[in-house]
Amino acid sequence: MTAHNPSSQSLQLTGDGQLKHFLTLDGLSKTLLTDILDTADSFIEVGERTIKKVPLLRGKTVVNLFFESSTRTRSTFELAAKRLSADVLNLDISTSATSKGESLSDTLLNLEAMASDMFVVRHSQSGAPHFIAESVTPGVAIINAGDGRHAHPTQAMLDMLTIRQHKGRFDGLKVAIVGDILHSRVARSQIRALNALGAAEVRVIAPGTLLPADVESLGCRVEYDMARGMRDLDVVIMLRLQKERMEGALLPSEREFYRLYGLSQDKLALAKPDCIVMHPGPINRGVEIESAVADGPQSVILNQVTNGIAVRMAVMSMAMSGQVAERGRGQQGGDAA
Amino acid sequence: MTALLNMDVLLDELEQGLRSQLREREIEAPVLIGIRTGGVWIADLLHKRLGLAEPLGELDISFYRDDFSRIGLNPKVKPSHLPFETEGRHIILVDDVIMSGRTIRAAMNEIFDYGRPASIILATLIDLGSRELPIQPDVVAQSLSLTATQRVKLQGPDPLRVEMRETQS
Repeated sequence: MTAHNPSSQSLQLTGDGQLKHFLTLDGLSKTLLTDILDTADSFIEVGERTIKKVPLLRGKTVVNLFFESSTRTRSTFELAAKRLSADVLNLDISTSATSKGESLSDTLLNLEAMASDMFVVRHSQSGAPHFIAESVTPGVAIINAGDGRHAHPTQAMLDMLTIRQHKGRFDGLKVAIVGDILHSRVARSQIRALNALGAAEVRVIAPGTLLPADVESLGCRVEYDMARGMRDLDVVIMLRLQKERMEGALLPSEREFYRLYGLSQDKLALAKPDCIVMHPGPINRGVEIESAVADGPQSVILNQVTNGIAVRMAVMSMAMSGQVAERGRGQQGGDAA
Repeated sequence: MTALLNMDVLLDELEQGLRSQLREREIEAPVLIGIRTGGVWIADLLHKRLGLAEPLGELDISFYRDDFSRIGLNPKVKPSHLPFETEGRHIILVDDVIMSGRTIRAAMNEIFDYGRPASIILATLIDLGSRELPIQPDVVAQSLSLTATQRVKLQGPDPLRVEMRETQS
């Protein structure tokens, strides 16, 4: 399998511009991204009720297809699907069929034979969700839950929801993403989203060894010096330092990284006083972020987790809705007055 | 035909109907919930007329519609907002127009997800008949029977008026 062209816009949108898969933020309009955030706001309200469930996807089957392990993302997708009243099947493929030699295509054919309506896909290879969306039976929606270094669009959207909740807008905001940009699909999706929604400035703060080549072309400014990069910030997003990368000699040591790029209270004091602190988790305390900051008054890390459920409910119901619209094209809509 | 429907008269009708329902059922402190969007406009005016102490509730039934698998999700969904406990309360549910009864079914399903109310009274401004479910309003200001090509819609919120239109069938 090769990495597919992520700009295949027609793949994830219906003829009239509705979402039918959710693979990447590339090419999605500000209007559509705002619709996702608005719909997620309505689902936040659902999450505060006695009965945190709506009947939208009743009778639908959602398969969490995780070729790469995950706790937070998988469980929030599972909870999102259940709160939409869907039936959920969790498949940890990394320990299952493919290790017995079954090909990806055969695995998918078998799952489609179980009358699944949606696949939530996480894969270590960039482009895997695209590949599946291209070959899947019409009517089945594909949601990207993170593919290789390419994209993690639901994570980026839950971050956008968190920013909007705390700042009320994107216009004029200065946002920095700090740490391992090179290996981060989250950072790529965040940069796309922030630019599409109209943030004033997106900075990436990292050592040269943890920046992809030509990173500016994504729509951000590079800052190697954290003290300078923290100035005037409204939002700082810390990324997890993937400890396994240390062995690749990309970094001198954890302690050295923390000294230069870790978010301590001293460094946070250089940003605006109401700067919020975000992290997609799981956090390495004392490696990329000081405990006092992670647990401090400016941290919104746990809000991000709550928002993750609402954003995933929004994306899942919108993609399913797009599949319905595509299938029902030419048929008459009903009126429920 | 629009001229026949005077909004003040319709609202008087609803208010009196509700007052007599509340008296009959010996309900002292009901809460009022309007269904978006037209139902909220009507509920807001009734809320003032009845002088209720607690704020008005607003329901967006988009997540509860029974036709998702045919027409998908309403892209303009907004959060429902019930600023009171519904458990054990007497609720007045208000909508502008009732026809099939499906919206009311969806609204009742949603209300029950907030808690079990003691009772629900249904008030609608206009009843168009053509029911598809066994749901009847307790208070109606005006019943209308339309031809196949006629449509009725509440315009508002200010001024609030009922608009009748002819459509191509």
